[in-house]
Amino acid sequence: MSQYDSELDASGLNCPLPILKAKKALAALQSGQVLRVIATDPGSVKDFEAFAKQTGNELVEQQEEGGKFIFLIKKA
Amino acid sequence: MGDKKFAIIATKGTLDWAYPPFILGSTAAALGYQVGIFFTFYGLNLLKKKLDLKVTSLGNPAMPMPMPVPVMAQILPGMQAMMTSMMKAKMKAKGVASIEELRELCIEAQVRMIACQMTVDLFEYSTSEFIDGIEYGGAATFLEFAGDADITMYM
Repeated sequence: MSQYDSELDASGLNCPLPILKAKKALAALQSGQVLRVIATDPGSVKDFEAFAKQTGNELVEQQEEGGKFIFLIKKA
Repeated sequence: MGDKKFAIIATKGTLDWAYPPFILGSTAAALGYQVGIFFTFYGLNLLKKKLDLKVTSLGNPAMPMPMPVPVMAQILPGMQAMMTSMMKAKMKAKGVASIEELRELCIEAQVRMIACQMTVDLFEYSTSEFIDGIEYGGAATFLEFAGDADITMYM
């Protein structure tokens, strides 16, 4: 399991809330720190890729675990 | 504030049509866009302090219904209120944000909101009915913002 500095559980939340809450959570981190996001919205898979691409925050890792989508995002 | 600019005109004041401007506005702001929304005609309802947005299947045959309801029954008193509360309950169950929540996120993200002064006058609204922190302006104000926008949408 990869290391992370902060965690956001966005389970049960639908578009665009996981992205908006992740953005807020990242704002509280320092550059280089990693945020772990847990989401259940299947649309979040493509959305977090698009979020990373457009904001420059790196999507270090993503995986599916028993119906949950886990993302590791490193703050730019 | 980012380099990219996104301009939206919001013209509708129903619960369902309140979503596109606030979802795209808040998300674009999170992605680093500079966002401006111009609220005109019925869209002004989205800026009221006390939101009372409704949804109706009348004139909207594509709206999914839990059971088929003939149009003649859809006009009965109380049907609109019932559909609105059913829609809100469904949204809550599916984890869809409320309009209040999305609007608050837009405000936090410094989305610029401009109320159409002409429609405010036309419908004789008082500015005290609207949330604080918004601007009042006209077509030229919107075009000044939208003129060099990367994306402009009419909703």
